[in-house]
Amino acid sequence: MTELLLLVQAAADTTGAYGHFPLIGARAAVWIAAEVHLMFAAFVLGVPMFAVITELIGIVGKDPKYDKLSKEFTRLLVFAYSATALWGAVLVFFLTTLYPRFWGHLTQIFGLSMWIYVGLFFAESFTLYLYYYGWDRWNAGRSKWFHWSLGVLLNVWGTIVMFIANGWLTYMMSPPEGATAQGLPPEVTMWGAIANATWMPINIHRLLGNAVFGGTVAAAYAAYRFLASKTPEERAHYDWMGYVGNFIAISVFIVLPFAGYWLGREIYAYDQSMGITMMGGFMSWLWVVQAVLIGVLFLAANYYLWIGMQRIPGAERFTPYTKWMLLVLVVCWIVWATPHTLIVTREEQAAMGGQFHPFLDVLGVMSAKNTAVNLMILTTFLSFLLYRRGNKRLTVEWARQGTMVQGAMFVIAAVVVVFFGIYGYFVPDTVRIGFSVYQVLSVLACIVGVTVVDLFLTRGAESKGEIRWGQMPERSQYALFILAVTFTWLMGLMGFARSGIRQHWHVWQVLPDTSPYASTPALGYAANMISLCVIVFLGLVAFIFWLGGLAERAFSKEQPAPGLSPQPAMGD
Amino acid sequence: MNRGASYYLKHPFWQAVLVLLASYVLVKWGIEYLPPALGSLVSLITEPLGLGRVNWPSAPVPRSIVVQYMLTVMVAILIYVSENEERWRRFKEPIRAVMVEPSLKNLRVALLILFPVLVGWATYQQAKGTVSAPVGLRTIHPAAPTQFTFRGRTVLLSELSNPLRTTGSLEEHYREGMRVYYQNCLPCHGDLLNGRGHFAHGFNPAPLPFDVSTIAQLSEAFVFWRIAKGGPGLPRESQPWNSAMPAWENILTEEEIWSVIVFLYEQAGVEPRRLTEEGGH
Repeated sequence: MTELLLLVQAAADTTGAYGHFPLIGARAAVWIAAEVHLMFAAFVLGVPMFAVITELIGIVGKDPKYDKLSKEFTRLLVFAYSATALWGAVLVFFLTTLYPRFWGHLTQIFGLSMWIYVGLFFAESFTLYLYYYGWDRWNAGRSKWFHWSLGVLLNVWGTIVMFIANGWLTYMMSPPEGATAQGLPPEVTMWGAIANATWMPINIHRLLGNAVFGGTVAAAYAAYRFLASKTPEERAHYDWMGYVGNFIAISVFIVLPFAGYWLGREIYAYDQSMGITMMGGFMSWLWVVQAVLIGVLFLAANYYLWIGMQRIPGAERFTPYTKWMLLVLVVCWIVWATPHTLIVTREEQAAMGGQFHPFLDVLGVMSAKNTAVNLMILTTFLSFLLYRRGNKRLTVEWARQGTMVQGAMFVIAAVVVVFFGIYGYFVPDTVRIGFSVYQVLSVLACIVGVTVVDLFLTRGAESKGEIRWGQMPERSQYALFILAVTFTWLMGLMGFARSGIRQHWHVWQVLPDTSPYASTPALGYAANMISLCVIVFLGLVAFIFWLGGLAERAFSKEQPAPGLSPQPAMGD
Repeated sequence: MNRGASYYLKHPFWQAVLVLLASYVLVKWGIEYLPPALGSLVSLITEPLGLGRVNWPSAPVPRSIVVQYMLTVMVAILIYVSENEERWRRFKEPIRAVMVEPSLKNLRVALLILFPVLVGWATYQQAKGTVSAPVGLRTIHPAAPTQFTFRGRTVLLSELSNPLRTTGSLEEHYREGMRVYYQNCLPCHGDLLNGRGHFAHGFNPAPLPFDVSTIAQLSEAFVFWRIAKGGPGLPRESQPWNSAMPAWENILTEEEIWSVIVFLYEQAGVEPRRLTEEGGH
């Protein structure tokens, strides 16, 4: 009798709640639309951040090449913006036609914020058009500052738009107490539903993630243009642009894991079951894949810097160290990507004497992982430091002592990280979790401390020669492609982890998914779907890159603009 | 031209080959034999000092890990040889020579035959049938439900705590837990709580050990849920679990389950995971 009642209830819940999409099904259709929309959205939110920063550097430093770079970034935005809006429209139409009841639930709660969202979207679009098309009109004196403030405004609109959309999606994960399929209880306002438990962690995580993503895609664009360039000037410019994109991406990327940690902690705090599914249960394999991919990101970024040192006069004195940095990175990568539960045959399991390998088990737990990732961050920072120091001859009297202080900071940070990593095996779980904070703080303190010392240390430093922009082997540019592809893939993968932990709920424990697609997809299926989305996105981005080049060629035929690029290397 | 060993040792290509081979030896056999050997060496010092014997156990490395580690090493080698222009040029020298040098024709032909044969052999090894069960990505931690029924009573996991920690004598609960463990859990989880009981080898997945890597990461409420509901009570996600663990709520009383939990943590020498003040972990 109970089963019959449940069946009747399920039928009532499902009737009229879902639409049908031919061939691939409703879920796959929404998945592709949402994922590609999100990737474009991340790009158009990330790029304006450093467009205004590079423009500001150009204004303050009176260096036109930064202004040119900033404009080039923005040109990509204009094209990408239309694509974002198009995919956003596709997503809304798919949701309204394929998931009408769920969409009705969201609009009932968030209707007002959706109108505000649309209004802001208009404001953002027109600010972007003013910002881009007014570039040459407002290019000097006070009007240049006005132009720059348009860029700032563009970022403000974009950030608010993202925060509103984040409110909707985080509501699906962590709805406020008392929410039901019929809506919110009287005491909870729309604002209460937006500012839910995971809203701010997602906001911060996405803000940082967008900057990294924008940086990697812009660097990939520069790599494409570098490989396609025909003159030394072009090569020099795009070599430099690729470096700036990579620098921004990796600088922000270094703090991204800390924001992710906060998000994970809030998910655990909101619902233990969701937290375990994410970190230790069904989704746990994604973290192994994530470790592999982040290892790729770290190695590609360092590789690009090490190759780049060859075009810096004086940097050859640092090349003997790169093999040791590589060794640290690879050992840490191996530790990080070693799963706790290994993939074993029946015979291998018997030979190991159980589920876990008696020795490798040590590498599978959080103490080892935290230690590895912190050491990788430290090593990457050291690469940046050596790159920056490449062509500089220090002239301050305390140069030797200053460098020794910097070295000591690195050693202390590494010792703290390793000490707490090992000590973590000998203390209870609740104590060990706190150790990760000490590890992170020591690394951040080292980064801040060393940077501050470096700023004073390199003051008035003599140059050993100009960087020979453009003299980069072509294979270095593929590292930039790898960064962009890997980060895009990573974003899709971890987005699936975040979204998939809701399992068979549209809104966690409030609105069940009663469609034929209620089951959580298997990892293989998810990986295929994510790969498809990445291919669609990158295919469209490649088209946009091509358009960018097309527009510039048309422009430069009309009006050549000499002297705006970094100087190409002459001779040798 | 007769070249000495130092030429090959300094040449990037042969360095790469050497590192690759050394890494394979280390991964395949080093991980298995070095920790116990080092433990024995350290014991030569600790035993005369009365500090006891040092035991660093290890085991054969599963194939999936060997493949993963070797791929990582290969990526590292490629990065090393190509991050410097001169090194990259020299690294490619022998490869190019084999491809084009007339004097190396025999080697070229041999490689052209050997390489497809190797690929074919590897493909055959992958595709041929075996009698082993297929290898899969196992999920080790089932996500606990918000609530579950214990003998018909609804229990909220977040409000569940071990009552024996605050009532009676912990020593008595420990002894009671020991009795329950040895009467019920021993055949699978073993005398040493290491998951190697008499029946353990018959199960896939193997019974879990109770140590730092398992129960120390779990709250007592979680362990209670697992013991009470066993394999049949595992969530639908991540199936098939293939767990042979019985639902002990049908066999043991509530107090017996709590007492065995006290025994497990005491015996393993670890603290159960606790909620922080903020309610999180």
